[in-house]
Amino acid sequence: MTLINKEYTNLKKILGPLIVVEGVEGAGYGEMVEIALKGHPLRHGRVLQVDEQRAVIEVYQGTINIAKKNCKVHFKGKPMVVRVSKEMLGRMFNGMGEPTDGMPSPMDGDQRDINGLPLNPICRTYPRDYIETGISIIDLMTTLIRGQKLPIFSGNGLPHNKLVAQIIRQANISEQGNENFAIVLAAMGLKNNEAEFFKQNFETMGAAKNVAMFLNLADDPSIERLVTPRVALTAAEYLAFDLGMHVLVILTDMANYAEALREVSSAREEVPSRKGYPGYFYSDLASLYERAGRIKGHKGSITQLPILSMPNDDITHPIPDLTGFITEGQIILERELTVRNVYPPVNVFPSLSRLMKNGIGKGMTRDDHPALASQLYAAYSHVKNIRSLVQVIGEDEISELDKCYLHFGEILEKKLINQGYYEKRTMEETLDLAWQVLSILPEEVLNRVSREQLEKHYGNKNSR
Amino acid sequence: MLKQVGKIIMINGSIIHTTGADTLSMMEIVEVGQSHLIGEVIKIIDEKVVIQVYEDTSGIKPEEPIYGTGMPLSVELGPGLIGSIFDGIQRPLQKLWEKTGSFIQKGVQVNALDQKRKWHFVPQKTDGDSIKSGEAIGWVWETTSIKHFILCPPSIEGKLENVVAEGDYTISQTIAKIRVGERYHKLTMVQKWPVRIERPIYKRQLPKSPLITGQRVIDLLFPLAKGSTAALPGGFGTGKTILQHQIAKWCDADIIIYIGCGERGNEMTEVLVEFPELQDPRSGRSLMERTILVANTSNMPVTAREASIYTGITMAEYYRDMGYDVALLADSTSRWAEALRELSGRMEEMPAEEGFPAYLATRLAQFYERAGVVETVEGTKGSISVIGAVSPPSGDFSEPVTMHTKRFISTFWGLDKDLANERHYPSVNWLNSYSDNLDDIQEWWQEHVDHTWRSMRDRVVEILSQEDELQKIVKLVGSDALPDNQRLVLLIARIIRESFLQQNAYHDIDKYASPQKQIAMLRVILFFYDEAKKIIKRSIPISRIQGLAVLGDVFRMKEDIKENQLDQFRGLEDKIYQEITCLVESYK
Ligand SMILES: Nc1ncnc2c1ncn2[C@@H]1O[C@H](COP(=O)(O)OP(=O)(O)OP(=O)(O)O)[C@@H](O)[C@H]1O
Ligand SMILES: [Mg+2]
Repeated sequence: MTLINKEYTNLKKILGPLIVVEGVEGAGYGEMVEIALKGHPLRHGRVLQVDEQRAVIEVYQGTINIAKKNCKVHFKGKPMVVRVSKEMLGRMFNGMGEPTDGMPSPMDGDQRDINGLPLNPICRTYPRDYIETGISIIDLMTTLIRGQKLPIFSGNGLPHNKLVAQIIRQANISEQGNENFAIVLAAMGLKNNEAEFFKQNFETMGAAKNVAMFLNLADDPSIERLVTPRVALTAAEYLAFDLGMHVLVILTDMANYAEALREVSSAREEVPSRKGYPGYFYSDLASLYERAGRIKGHKGSITQLPILSMPNDDITHPIPDLTGFITEGQIILERELTVRNVYPPVNVFPSLSRLMKNGIGKGMTRDDHPALASQLYAAYSHVKNIRSLVQVIGEDEISELDKCYLHFGEILEKKLINQGYYEKRTMEETLDLAWQVLSILPEEVLNRVSREQLEKHYGNKNSR
Repeated sequence: MLKQVGKIIMINGSIIHTTGADTLSMMEIVEVGQSHLIGEVIKIIDEKVVIQVYEDTSGIKPEEPIYGTGMPLSVELGPGLIGSIFDGIQRPLQKLWEKTGSFIQKGVQVNALDQKRKWHFVPQKTDGDSIKSGEAIGWVWETTSIKHFILCPPSIEGKLENVVAEGDYTISQTIAKIRVGERYHKLTMVQKWPVRIERPIYKRQLPKSPLITGQRVIDLLFPLAKGSTAALPGGFGTGKTILQHQIAKWCDADIIIYIGCGERGNEMTEVLVEFPELQDPRSGRSLMERTILVANTSNMPVTAREASIYTGITMAEYYRDMGYDVALLADSTSRWAEALRELSGRMEEMPAEEGFPAYLATRLAQFYERAGVVETVEGTKGSISVIGAVSPPSGDFSEPVTMHTKRFISTFWGLDKDLANERHYPSVNWLNSYSDNLDDIQEWWQEHVDHTWRSMRDRVVEILSQEDELQKIVKLVGSDALPDNQRLVLLIARIIRESFLQQNAYHDIDKYASPQKQIAMLRVILFFYDEAKKIIKRSIPISRIQGLAVLGDVFRMKEDIKENQLDQFRGLEDKIYQEITCLVESYK
């Protein structure tokens, strides 16, 4: 039944990123295809639909220059694979997983299907260990857990790259400090200077040898972006679950990935759901995001930090919306805070870390952490209400207590959220700082912390 | 050996077209291709058969064979279901793991129930007894708290012969024969039932008692009756899953069926880790001893996600027929609807709203209609309560799945983004949520807990809606501009919101509140309100009331006072009385 090496030279249709080949025999659904076009590098594609006569193929490098009779289509008889090995670390690849640093492909190692397989839920280990990022607002209010998928929802011009770079520089990705960790960067449509920024960062922090970069840049073929995260995650799974490393995967920018998906879908004339995105958009995103976590009996972990820019800063747009429905929380950057020179401009209200509940508190961070975070939310959200009231009636008209709240809000943003790009705060420092800020408010209004906690921490009696 | 009935002609994701139209029947289960993937016939058009495949079809080629099984998609029903975790088509994940390791491979077939395990069967009927469908021939202890009755399967009636003696048997051993006319039906401890068909009901009844969840906003404000249906829609992160978990943990149903339908893998893991450790407050046994999990996470095949809902509800019906109260939780029905949409799209059907197929509403109705209270043949009562999470895109309730769901459910818990952002959990919005069960269960509350339940509840709702009106003014002029009696309403509403409605799922004491505790808490709040109202009338300023020290106790009472210390609420009322009296004294 295997008819490898059979080539087809007759295309029936060329539609956007799709080609339709006729007279195909024995091609399997989802299998890899090579398209040889004279004078061009070999292109790759995948079978999206197949019947007795035709195969519909998505071409990752696009169909530019392809004519009905100028190329040879070759069905590989297997899904798209990538060769995984430890040698991937310290290397740079294109969005298809081919080296671009002038050195040869890693030779040893297995070939793995880039689509991976669903992890049996009973084999997961529930992630519990927190990663100290040294960034107060994250450690305190949206604690990152080893094995979590926690995206950053951002917008054009907001400092998400800077924030991720700072996290990479400061965080204890592995529980053994600087050992046994790896960073996998999957770039989809990243601008050249952004890629450069990450590269330099890895070099200056001396981590370049722990990093594997898969770069599909802004001027690279757009459909290839469907492959890049899958190749990167396949590499990450190998590093984490075969080699036992703690892997941090950065996926950026998921919005560009989504565009590529939409392009293929509309070329196939599929019935769209919202804003032209296909009905399977949720499942497709889940097939990437769910490739994070920890597995029973394996030492390593995959922590995902996807970055996505919200079109028009709109959180209800399908890209952030469906992402939020899959990931284990989100960190949301806000323009208004940048304007007030607050870095990192994290909007704490819609930001959330769903896994932090099991990773913070007694025996992990500090016993007062959960209640303290909850109290800060309550108080800060009161500040928000007062601010909008002040816009209507003016600051003179509000009560003394409310003025106190306003002051608290100000200091919270300036002292607690705001932090230097090179400033690393320990968890202990962050928690003490939070109490200091909270102590601006009178003790009686702090109902979410226990009396004992007030006794111990209010006014930072001990740390002074 | 299965018979080849046709071959594949087209593959488009999980939808394939085959030949074999003359042999295959609608809803028949087939095995697809050389790797024997499981599929189901969903359409027959002329010579062509459309099949949805429950596994990833990558690598499948045209010309590969199709095998018929002659059976519709069915589940195995018998002892051993409880405590298990299945995928969408009832494959036990534990067995899959033993067979293929951490990642789920394709084409693996395993029985849902352990075929070798022996159960201690106790007959309660003997040879010569007549038996009809729904009657129990005997029982086994499935877990230490669940007596599993072995029922005569639907549409069988006759006389018993060869009933085995009490002893240990596997589920496939014959435990009796039923003589039906001239023929014999062999009875084992396992039966198969097609998931898409509702199990027959002997007698329907109206819901009368509440499903007590221990969650105050539900039990007190928007209760659900046993045998009724509820939906909880909400945008991402509004707390659907946590609320479902809370209900699954603490509600007073006998059996819990939790369907993770297209959601996160870690959430199923969490249940698997937590439930065995937690104790059922009534039986004192591990919660896993009353729970069945169905897990088809978002990265598992979308077709099996569509089936998971039916797999779950069929198992629920089976336990209902034994006379148990079953609570079925599905997280999230939107993912199920999306699976329908995806499959419909691949079949190139004409879409209705937002790409969903025109039959979305019918399917939703069929699912929710399988809930209900029934009287069994044995004269006992069983029920299925269905609680479905809905995940509306961008939290907008006007989308098709939420809208259609609302037509078929009786209790609606609308989860609210703004409340969630303020960390007001559970973020059930008290202004747009409702329960149609209030009148049905009023008597139960009066009889079992407190005769003032309804009037207290209605007062709370009124205070909250007054607050809503007042907040509109406050936004314009600030609260200081309001007269003191209105500011008191604001204070009381805040107490209700923060000390009563908010409930922390992660707090050891607060996570569950018994009906008695709920009533006691409300009584404290309303007592405070009444006393404060009196002294406001005597022109004592609201600021003095806001400054009362006892308010700190009121705000913390949910976490301070344990279930076994409910008399402390009395003490709290006394303290309120004293402080208010003192305040009045100081004004004399
Ligand atoms: N009752 C509660 N007590 C404390 N925290 C809660 C409660 N309900 C929700 N939360 C918080 O809200 C977070 C999100 O809740 P949850 O995972 O249930 O959301 P969801 O509505 O299911 O979201 P999605 O649609 O994305 O699955 C939780 O991780 C938890 O931090
Ligand atoms: Mg959820």
